[in-house]
Amino acid sequence: MYRYDQYDQAMVDTRVAEFRDQTKRRLEGKLSEDQFKPLRLQNGLYLQLHAYMLRVAVPYGTLNAAQMHALADIAEKYDRGYGHFTTRQNIQYNWIKLADAPDILADLAKVEMHAIQTSGNCIRNISSDQYAGAAADELIDPRPYAELLRQWSSFHPEFLALPRKFKICVIASETDRAAMKLHDIGIRMVRNDAGEIGCAFYVGGGMGRTPMIAPLIRDFVPLEQLITYSEACLRVYNRYGRRDNKYKARIKILVHELGADEYARQVEEEFQHLLGQGIEPPIAELERIKAYFQDPPFEADAPDDLDLSDPAFAAWVKNNTHAHKQAGYVSATISLKPVGGIPGDASVAQMHLMAELAKEYSFDECRVTHAQNIVLPHVKKADLFALWQKLEESGLGSPNLDTIEDIIACPGLDYCSLANARSIPVAQKISERFAASGKSSALGELKLKISGCINACGHHHAGHIGILGVDRKGKENYQLLLGGSEGADTSLGKITGPGFDEDGIVQAVETAADVYLREKQEGERFLDTYRRIGMEPFKEALYG
Amino acid sequence: MKILTGNDLKTGAVTWWDGTGWSLHVEDAVDVGEEASAIAAREEAARRVNVPYAIDGTVDADGKIRPAHIKDRIRALGPTVRPDLTLKPADPEAGNWVI
Repeated sequence: MYRYDQYDQAMVDTRVAEFRDQTKRRLEGKLSEDQFKPLRLQNGLYLQLHAYMLRVAVPYGTLNAAQMHALADIAEKYDRGYGHFTTRQNIQYNWIKLADAPDILADLAKVEMHAIQTSGNCIRNISSDQYAGAAADELIDPRPYAELLRQWSSFHPEFLALPRKFKICVIASETDRAAMKLHDIGIRMVRNDAGEIGCAFYVGGGMGRTPMIAPLIRDFVPLEQLITYSEACLRVYNRYGRRDNKYKARIKILVHELGADEYARQVEEEFQHLLGQGIEPPIAELERIKAYFQDPPFEADAPDDLDLSDPAFAAWVKNNTHAHKQAGYVSATISLKPVGGIPGDASVAQMHLMAELAKEYSFDECRVTHAQNIVLPHVKKADLFALWQKLEESGLGSPNLDTIEDIIACPGLDYCSLANARSIPVAQKISERFAASGKSSALGELKLKISGCINACGHHHAGHIGILGVDRKGKENYQLLLGGSEGADTSLGKITGPGFDEDGIVQAVETAADVYLREKQEGERFLDTYRRIGMEPFKEALYG
Repeated sequence: MKILTGNDLKTGAVTWWDGTGWSLHVEDAVDVGEEASAIAAREEAARRVNVPYAIDGTVDADGKIRPAHIKDRIRALGPTVRPDLTLKPADPEAGNWVI
């Protein structure tokens, strides 16, 4: 994985020193909150419902063991013994003291991490496929290009004050595991008819209060023009994106109002102009980055068979492992969704354990997924049983990936100052209900996503079943959505009808699940059945 | 009834105006009536509180002050999903106060 050079390190260290001085001045009263707020936000420090919250960037979700250990140490030393992995592949700490924030950033810098651009109207952390560089179905490893985009977008002077925040995702598989088309820019590595690899650009997707699926803007951009084309996309947005209304300021609104064709035309015009400016980084820089993403030393003759005689192990292998490009290996997902647990939360001990397991079993590497789980990308099949046993012993062996118990949930009203309703208790009750009923395995793949407000951090629009918490006359109320998907078949969920209270929404989810179990045909997932039979049978069961 | 809340500058902890200073406990809050803006401005200028603002309060059956909105009640107690991290970790019924 990528390692900082002297320029990266100097930039981060300089920012830590700068923020240390700013914090000191704030504590001394030399800066007002109005003056300090934009400075702390530029360093990922929010003021949330109960305390300061620090959001730390995990570039394209990739961590080494030392970094995961450092995240655990921060949770222990400065927070309350846990961290929360987010749907942006980042980690958040909920109980930070202002005076500690510069020391935390300094500790992060020692392991080549930071919290820069995790807030504000700038280009945020670049996200990617959690199986990047490992998946059997991948064209190439997208992470060198994600890293190039990270370096281009970090402190880019032209794009630090965009109309609104900006999220970029890079993948290289036909199967979209990163909600690519629901980003401001989604980039898919593709091969053209001439056999060359390049990038398809999807621009103007997003969730929030106005969910949109990004249209294809250009089907092939040569790899050696990736940055130039990205710059052109951003320039048109920066020039014409609305700044008068924050609810209409995301690029999706611009693309929608201009029309995809007209936006693409303007980008093309800017692109042609920029091609003459020589802004693309030299190939040598890309090659330097690529060198950090060489395959680890896989065993060429690692055995490819697995003893699945233990049914619990077999269930975990079936749900929580993914096919690897190297024979004899798999990618293994550690579920952070124990029954009744808080989705995405990990204790200090669990983070240390995951770091140790990454070191021992996965070439010193792990990944944060947008579904709030952790992946060990390169596990030898021969080691899988031993790994699973260690996960089981520590409560991390839930075999529930992509099932109804693997719920994405934002922090909701328990932590977030923007939320209107709590998400976590609903997730806990649903996972407990389905674990107790034993229906989870019969339901198969069923992605359930919960947001505590319209900002959609819990991706409710993209859930096969989505739940949106709203404030209804001062009381929590939950709307049910069906039919969303974040995959290659990206779709947006539709609201079933009137909302429910907390217990009512749990029952409503079970009712919808029962309709599926009653109506499903051979081989159909919940989503497939919904698409075949439509909303009416579900509405009938829910509302009579 | 209006009560005044904000955050401690150093810790970010939720605090409540108790008539003479800032308390971590909402039951210490007092009705500030029309004085909210004046108190908030004075206290923020003196750096005794961060981003203070007034909210609606009610009085419960026990005569104790209770924020009118659930968001402020969760601020007052702590996360309902982690009772061990709330101001009343020993009270298993504390979460019911929020709902």
